[in-house]
Amino acid sequence: MSDFDVIVVGAGPAGSAAALEAARAGMRVCLIERGPFPGAKNMYGGVVYGRILDTLIPNWWEEAPIQRWITRRSTMVLTDSQALTIDFRTESWGKPPYNGATTFRPDFDAWLASNAEEAGATLICSTTVTGLLRDGQRVTGVVTDRPDGELTADVVIACDGVNSFLAKEVGLYPHTDPSNFTLGVKETLALPREVIEERFAVRGDHGLDIEMLGCTGDVPGGGFLYTNAESVSIGLVLSLPQLAKGGIRPEQRLARLKEHPAIAPLIEGGEVTEYSAHVIPEAGYNMMPELISDGFLVAGDAAAMCLAAGIWLEGVNFAIGAGAAAGRTAAGAVVRGDTTADGLAGYRTRLETSFVLADHRKLRDAPHIVMSDLAQQKVPKVICGMAEQVFTVVNPDPKPGMFKILWSELRRNKMGIRDAASHGIRAARTFR
Amino acid sequence: MSATNSSTNGPSDQRSRTSDPAGDMPTSRTVEASGRYAEMSFEARMDTVEFRVHERAHIVVDGRKCVDCSVRGCITACPANLFVPTADGGILFNYEQCFECGTCYMVCNEEGAISWSYPEGGHGVVFHAS
Ligand SMILES: Cc1cc2nc3c(=O)[nH]c(=O)nc-3n(C[C@H](O)[C@H](O)[C@H](O)COP(=O)(O)OP(=O)(O)OC[C@H]3O[C@@H](n4cnc5c(N)ncnc54)[C@H](O)[C@@H]3O)c2cc1C
Ligand code: SF4
Ligand code: SF4
Repeated sequence: MSDFDVIVVGAGPAGSAAALEAARAGMRVCLIERGPFPGAKNMYGGVVYGRILDTLIPNWWEEAPIQRWITRRSTMVLTDSQALTIDFRTESWGKPPYNGATTFRPDFDAWLASNAEEAGATLICSTTVTGLLRDGQRVTGVVTDRPDGELTADVVIACDGVNSFLAKEVGLYPHTDPSNFTLGVKETLALPREVIEERFAVRGDHGLDIEMLGCTGDVPGGGFLYTNAESVSIGLVLSLPQLAKGGIRPEQRLARLKEHPAIAPLIEGGEVTEYSAHVIPEAGYNMMPELISDGFLVAGDAAAMCLAAGIWLEGVNFAIGAGAAAGRTAAGAVVRGDTTADGLAGYRTRLETSFVLADHRKLRDAPHIVMSDLAQQKVPKVICGMAEQVFTVVNPDPKPGMFKILWSELRRNKMGIRDAASHGIRAARTFR
Repeated sequence: MSATNSSTNGPSDQRSRTSDPAGDMPTSRTVEASGRYAEMSFEARMDTVEFRVHERAHIVVDGRKCVDCSVRGCITACPANLFVPTADGGILFNYEQCFECGTCYMVCNEEGAISWSYPEGGHGVVFHAS
């Protein structure tokens, strides 16, 4: 008999959700994490979208370690000296069941893992899985860096994050193409609660989420600024190949954003309490590996399930959704006594009928569009240029018409009207 | 294997950090002098992060391969600024303050120059407020 029915590698959101659901289904589950505690290795922008948690932990908002509930969401388009912001707020996101919330991953991941433990899973931290045990094609367990550290299981679920060496070991990723990945760098800046309330026009435990485009210079990417209880998180996401071409380093690009006239007053006086970095699988559906092998499932960032498409940066909810589906599928297969790839095939069906693969398939072109030269370099300049022309009073000249303004901005930024229209249509199709 | 048994993997005090290889960013001093946002030094930045350093180097760079590398993407891309070019065209690397992010092996263009693995369980970077 195997040591466990199910071994889950990685106690991030995917892994803890997988362990939680498998343990609830009566499985003997081992959840292995290389950090000294769950979340120790994990950083992200800062907002978890909780709807998927409703299905796992009723009233999760009463116990989850939340910093602020997002009730105000801004999308900011920047050039070096301009900024146009669309700002939305709603009180409904400030009460149950809420929408998004800022939380620190070392807190959130530890909390989610503790739910898996309460359901009966065995959590082992400070243990790195260094490889897989195999019987021919079939995965039969894991090798860890502990003395006598081999553990066997009927199903191994790889929730080991973006670098997933386990999915690579099974051969599910043909090769690693750096253009599918971005580097995220972030600073957590301490600010007093009252300063945050005043600067960001929020009260109590409500908070703001700003997504930015046009703030990464010649490297495709984006930026973010999120409010926590007594700090803000500010960061950049940068495409790897262009970043590696040389020139300006990640933290220097972040320093530039912090000096931008639209951003500097928001963060003034904020002391850096933590600098952090992590890689994101950016290309979504088009880079996803095979998800199933004999005795083996992949979930979360390990399977590139993070949705990074411009105005969205959602990975935690996708990881939880996928992990829960993997945990349930594994349990069903163990009970039926068939944990081959065929016996585990229901995993893909579960994902396809849920948001995890439905959203990804629908938005499969979005990462490419958002990271294109047009969206990154030209659109911000055209949008900000138009706004400046519309709002500049040119007396004694008469006001120029909107079409004339659009035309002149397209021309100034060397964008053909046909080019603009065809990209517009493509974007409209993708985001429809 | 220890960090110091390879000629290109020396301890951190042997290398000088160049936080602005391209020279097109204002240095912290010029920023302060111009009265704008005072950016912190790279050392101070890394001091905000906890690293539980293990004696085994989890990443080893074969500096001989770097001599033939024209791109040298690691130097700019590593968020911890751990790849320092040497006068003889090699790379000086130290694993101690590494985020374990994976950027370097993804952008490296010389097959086999970087041997990359995770640190021993419980070691390496520990985030608290991210
Ligand atoms: C800069 C940035 C900003 C982001 N912003 C957001 C955001 O605002 N909202 C959002 O929802 N998502 C965001 N994301 C995406 C989100 O962080 C990820 O999609 C999510 O963490 C994926 O969860 P996961 O469980 O699949 O992987 P991870 O969270 O990476 O967890 C993997 C776990 O496995 C462990 N592990 C790995 N290998 C091994 C091994 N060999 N042995 C043992 N343990 C191992 C790791 O230590 C880790 O705990 C952001 C990401 C970044 C980098
Ligand atoms: S990219 Fe690779 S081969 Fe080139 S200098 Fe960096 S580590 Fe060496
Ligand atoms: S893993 Fe990341 S932080 Fe560590 S050396 Fe490579 S690029 Fe730098």
